[in-house]
Amino acid sequence: MAKKQTPSKATAKTSQASKGWDYSPSLESTSHVDLKKQYNLYINGEWVKPSSNKYFKTINPATEEVLAEVAYANDKDVDRAVKAARKAYTEVWSKTSPSERAKYIYRIARLMQERAREFSVIESLDAGKTIRESRDVDVPLACNHFFYYAGWADKLEYAFPNRKIESLGVAGQIIPWNFPLLMAAWKIAPALATGNCVVLKPAETTPLTALKLAEIIHDSGLPPGVVNIVTGYGDTGAAIVNHPDVDKIAFTGSTGVGKIIQKAIAGTNKKATLELGGKSANIIMDDAPIDQAVEGIINGIFFNQGHVCCAGSRLFVQEGIADKVIEKLKHRMNSLIIGDPMDKNTDIGAINSKEQLDVINGYLKIGKAEGAEMYQSPCDLPRNGYYCRPTLFLNVAQSSRLVQEEIFGPVLAIQTFRTVDEVIQKANNTPFGLAAGVWTDKGSRIFNLTTKLRAGVVWANTYNKFDPASPFGGYKESGFGREGGLHGLEGYLKLS
Amino acid sequence: MKDKGGFEIPDFTKSPTIDKVGVEERVARFQTRSIKNESKMQGLKLALNMIDLTTLEGKDTPGKVRQMCYKAMHLHDMQSGLPTVAAVCVYPTMVRVAKNEVKGSGVKVASVSTAFPSGQAPRDIKIRDTKFAVDEGADEIDMVISRGRFLSGDYNFVFDEIATIKEACGHARLKVILETGELATLDNVRRASDIAMHAGADFIKTSTGKIQPAATMQVTYTMLEAIRDFHLLTGRMVGMKPAGGISNSKLALHNLVMVKETLGNDWLSNEWFRFGASSLANDLLMQIMKAETGFYQSSDYFSID
Repeated sequence: MAKKQTPSKATAKTSQASKGWDYSPSLESTSHVDLKKQYNLYINGEWVKPSSNKYFKTINPATEEVLAEVAYANDKDVDRAVKAARKAYTEVWSKTSPSERAKYIYRIARLMQERAREFSVIESLDAGKTIRESRDVDVPLACNHFFYYAGWADKLEYAFPNRKIESLGVAGQIIPWNFPLLMAAWKIAPALATGNCVVLKPAETTPLTALKLAEIIHDSGLPPGVVNIVTGYGDTGAAIVNHPDVDKIAFTGSTGVGKIIQKAIAGTNKKATLELGGKSANIIMDDAPIDQAVEGIINGIFFNQGHVCCAGSRLFVQEGIADKVIEKLKHRMNSLIIGDPMDKNTDIGAINSKEQLDVINGYLKIGKAEGAEMYQSPCDLPRNGYYCRPTLFLNVAQSSRLVQEEIFGPVLAIQTFRTVDEVIQKANNTPFGLAAGVWTDKGSRIFNLTTKLRAGVVWANTYNKFDPASPFGGYKESGFGREGGLHGLEGYLKLS
Repeated sequence: MKDKGGFEIPDFTKSPTIDKVGVEERVARFQTRSIKNESKMQGLKLALNMIDLTTLEGKDTPGKVRQMCYKAMHLHDMQSGLPTVAAVCVYPTMVRVAKNEVKGSGVKVASVSTAFPSGQAPRDIKIRDTKFAVDEGADEIDMVISRGRFLSGDYNFVFDEIATIKEACGHARLKVILETGELATLDNVRRASDIAMHAGADFIKTSTGKIQPAATMQVTYTMLEAIRDFHLLTGRMVGMKPAGGISNSKLALHNLVMVKETLGNDWLSNEWFRFGASSLANDLLMQIMKAETGFYQSSDYFSID
């Protein structure tokens, strides 16, 4: 394989040495960001020390520098948070009128918007994602989720006509590291709109924006205990899941952990929504608008370094256009800028953590060992930090582990197909079913495929488009329950 | 199918389809590029050097053309280190005047032809129009396609006409104006680009400047993709000239970003990329002077034409 890589490296050098015009560094300033050295737990409207007095470090994956120390919550701390949430629910929040609830949610949304730049900088520092994405996608979408659900708070009876609506009580929410702030918004906004109280745990590698959100929630004057943020590792999450006084578990993360959660809550009357892994098919028919499809493939797999549960990680190209699509795909990959996430021109940032980089590199090895043909963008990577070149694997088999398993990185497995029936079969032949993309100029083909693909979201002639009004969720091992839109309310309500 | 002196002419009804929404998204992404410091200065000067300074009016006089030619060679003499523009673009009757004026400066003379801007004339007149301009000394010919024929699906007519004019050009480089504002869809822009390149165009150009909309980024991007595909297919480089509507530096820089990321650095010289614009030059000069001196001067400090 080392041999195969040599020509691409050579092209990189010639293209960089050639005449031309390169972008000067354009770094987003971090001077306006106020990060503390140490963060405590946000419980009952106060910042409290963890009972163990243990803290862990959160680092910038692009530089490996420590950003802050964050409290490590144990069972006792979680119990304290759940009790605070229960008290707030019983005494205050369940008696607050829906229109009052809406006001608080609007206020949070507006405060977030005002400090959008700060949020995006912290998100990029902590998660390694590019400032372009955190600024243009994560933060605005997170604000929009609060705005959207604020609107529902006093209109729930119109969302579910002729049904009796009751809130659940205390929701335990565990979120992943790929979209830290956005996932917090996805979880907190509908829970508050439906009248529930919250104990939320951000991921251990990316806790900072959730803690910043806690500051904003505090500033909004939300009654103490309605939202509690506890930080920690998997055992902290387990303490939330196993707490007897939690009424609902909302989890976004890996299928492995999702299975553990479901086992843990079996036999209890905890309600759950699980948004888990995916291995989504992006299907390019021979009549597709090819250049836009190529852009969609790039956006589908390389958005957020491929750390996207609905990433279009399996590419199916119809045989007649496969060579052309792959040639163009490589051409486009070569123009991607990989590097410092804080540079406004960076397209691909850092891998979220050392652990994840190891996982991805493990799959690259598997791919090579399986005999698939690998292509990587010919670019230099920064010396420090965790980086992975955008990668394609050609000629992979349906049974290859690259096709079967979720990699959660910038790695695309490419297969070709001849007929529509064949591609539907192959696309559905997976334990997952989160998303799919279809590219064709023909409307009837779109409808045919969208009705037959077993995936929660199917995009036509686009990919990775999100909107608060649109429900999101999976089939099979990609989980159950829907988040976003009117459907997202249901997971936080008892309907009778 | 690689070009080895001759290649197969494709079926133009099978040009790739274009998804407008996708194009708009891609273009929006180019516009988020942040061009600062040295790259900004380099980009501004590069853009200045890519301009075809243009006067195409019925009231053009030899005096007006001479003045424009002087400006083409001396953009802003109070500042050293500025390039000249790439070319001046005039009507055929003004070619000789312009040619005498720019002699020895490296600035090229481009002439519109083929009954510019409408193209509504018989083919023999278009050929004569072109030959006249070439004989007068034009280095480059900017022809217009027959949009009516194109829209009625008569692609062979359009192809043959371009090929004929290319022959009439001799050594002059041929720019083919698609007048995208009259083509209505990006699918048509792509198809017309393919026809023009296969028929021998050295450059493809968006607009005459007489019809709106002119060189939108969506249209230019669609044409750049066509150029890239043609290069992949034949190995032949074709130039691009967006014309009309690019009046400020920011838009010019966004265009350069688009060229760089779609075609690569090889296209970033005035041999392969031009701006058809007149007011752009002064805006670029204002931005350059702002960067050099720290002061943003009023338009009174920059000569018109």
